[in-house]
Amino acid sequence: MASITIRGVKKNYAKTQVVHGVDLDFTSGEFVVILGPSGCGKSTLLRMIAGLEEISDGTIAIDGKVVNKLEPRERGCAMVFQNYALYPHMSVAQNIGYSLKVAGVPSAERAQRIQAVARVLELEHLLDRKPMALSGGQRQRVAMGRAMIREPKVFLFDEPLSNLDAKLRVQMRSEIRKLHRRLNATSVFVTHDQVEAMTLADRLVVMNAGRVEQVGTPAEVYSRPASRFVATFVGAPAMNMLEGEVTLDGVSLLGGSRKLNVSRAGLSVGAKVAVGVRPEAMRMVAPGTPGALEATVDLIEELGAGRVIYVDLDGAPFSIVTSEIVHPEPGSTVGLQFTESDLHFFSSETGGRLDVFRASVPEPALQG
Amino acid sequence: MVERTPILNFFTHLILFVGFIFCVAPFVIVAIAASHNLKDVNDVPMSLLPGSDFWVNIKTAWTTADLGPKLLNSFIMAFGVAAGKVIISALTAFSIVYFRYPGRMLIFWLIFITLMLPLEVRIVPTYAVVANVFEPYQTIMDLTGLSWLIEKLSGVQVQLSLGLLNSYSGLILPLVATATGTFLYRQFFLTVPDELTEAARMDGAGALRFFVDILLPLSRNNMAALGTIMFLWAWNQYLWPLLITTDQSHAMAVTELKQLIPNVGGAPEWHIAMAGTLIVMLPPLFVVVLMQRWFVRGLIATEK
Ligand SMILES: Nc1ncnc2c1ncn2[C@@H]1O[C@H](COP(=O)(O)OP(=O)(O)OP(=O)(O)O)[C@@H](O)[C@H]1O
Ligand SMILES: [Mg+2]
Repeated sequence: MASITIRGVKKNYAKTQVVHGVDLDFTSGEFVVILGPSGCGKSTLLRMIAGLEEISDGTIAIDGKVVNKLEPRERGCAMVFQNYALYPHMSVAQNIGYSLKVAGVPSAERAQRIQAVARVLELEHLLDRKPMALSGGQRQRVAMGRAMIREPKVFLFDEPLSNLDAKLRVQMRSEIRKLHRRLNATSVFVTHDQVEAMTLADRLVVMNAGRVEQVGTPAEVYSRPASRFVATFVGAPAMNMLEGEVTLDGVSLLGGSRKLNVSRAGLSVGAKVAVGVRPEAMRMVAPGTPGALEATVDLIEELGAGRVIYVDLDGAPFSIVTSEIVHPEPGSTVGLQFTESDLHFFSSETGGRLDVFRASVPEPALQG
Repeated sequence: MVERTPILNFFTHLILFVGFIFCVAPFVIVAIAASHNLKDVNDVPMSLLPGSDFWVNIKTAWTTADLGPKLLNSFIMAFGVAAGKVIISALTAFSIVYFRYPGRMLIFWLIFITLMLPLEVRIVPTYAVVANVFEPYQTIMDLTGLSWLIEKLSGVQVQLSLGLLNSYSGLILPLVATATGTFLYRQFFLTVPDELTEAARMDGAGALRFFVDILLPLSRNNMAALGTIMFLWAWNQYLWPLLITTDQSHAMAVTELKQLIPNVGGAPEWHIAMAGTLIVMLPPLFVVVLMQRWFVRGLIATEK
């Protein structure tokens, strides 16, 4: 168990900077998931923690000890790689035990510890096999065993589930979670899959373009996204966003065709904002209901437990997730309602979250 | 997709068969000639039915050319070259692929140049170096005035000399120092996924440990292929052994074959010469058959 402190960490490749100053604190025993789109630098950050990538600027400390200059083996981290990276010429037992062999652990003790790890991961009957003769899920487990056997202070995972099929991914997800509960080692898990991120994380770090956008519990990130990027990146289907402009008595949306009656608390008239609302927060009502927005149905996606209804709001695409059994005809008109507390406001310039409206308006009102 | 029809099958097999005959015919003729007696082998045309003197000829060839020790010499040299190549090339390729250091590309190109300058091209300077390994250093010291300085200061005349003529080292070392193997390994190392290297680092293995525990076992097909090729290549060397072995005790089987070739005016004992050829051909053949399985795998593809 160990805490990790990251201060002002940057990464340059030749001239291009790919991580622009990251500050993060992971507490002991925490399961942190770093979520972000492809190429945002999450692997780079993880590899800097592991010691596989040099840190261009800033410091990373594990248990208060700066590890910038330490070799991977001296940092007490173990890593699970995306493509498993098992040694193809070694048996499962040799793969799992290799780090102990390197460390000079006597073979009797080694065999015993390999057994113990194999028991936890249900790999006992496979110990003599070569990686070639294993299924994807089994390889994944061996990779995990190889990380576990060293009893590391920190577990690092770089998209370890992305090569598995959907069903196995769900299963391995819960196994990783169980394993974490059992070992309780600080874990950092990198993924671009938000479902994986939401289900695994104690705390979520959302990254974009080499910067940390938000840190918080999955629920916090979902309900109070700190930026427009986080709002649209987390949650599926993505949060609906409407561009607007602050007017004297509220916000005018979609170039003035719709209006939102909220007080403009603190914001100057003319400021550009983006108003977001989650598809799950929308209610469908009969067209013509007072205060409801009217929109044209484009497409319905049946999900079994619910359905996604894609509508067109004066040219802007909008989606609604509902569990009600409704099947509006494409092309028909529906009314949309939502509560004001479900609205999120973001600055159009910085993309940052604006909390000014929420406190000041008692009664939500929309005019279609 | 290659079509498979009976007619196409027939033709491909026909082509294969013709090729096979072309390749094998010389060997068959050598074997048949080796079984004739002096009169039959000089018949024109020579009878293609085997004669009955095969073992007699083999024995004569063996004793005339004293092939026992020569074969041993050849084997020591070929094995030395093959082993040296396999080890040196693996190390150089490891250094080039896995380390970033100043001058890496320069070294890479220096190694590459040896491909363009085979031993035959630089045989004179190589001979000079083997005759006295310290020759280049001596020259440098003489030119820079260093040996003069040392002589003035200490009164000792610097005269470095280490000759490798008529020795196994002299035979083997110059043949080891070429780039073919380095490139074979380099291509293979480049296909080893980076994640494997990183996994080994996370497991605490240092560079050498990674090389020995992971890279070498993964390259065993390559090693077998390279070892086989180099064994054959060294076994068949002619010019170099001829040049530096004046002493009979270091003579090679291949160069000694000439002793069996009939001299002008001597009896045209081609059956003995052919028998000797057959003997000298066998060890490489044996090596190829033995290593074939690995050999082909190492050259074709990388195991995934
Ligand atoms: N060796 C390198 N040289 C230059 N740029 C690099 C190098 N390695 C990575 N990058 C760049 O750094 C950025 C971050 O890469 P990184 O691998 O961390 O992305 P990621 O968030 O893990 O993405 P993914 O989800 O696709 O794995 C990318 O834009 C990538 O192009
Ligand atoms: Mg990545």
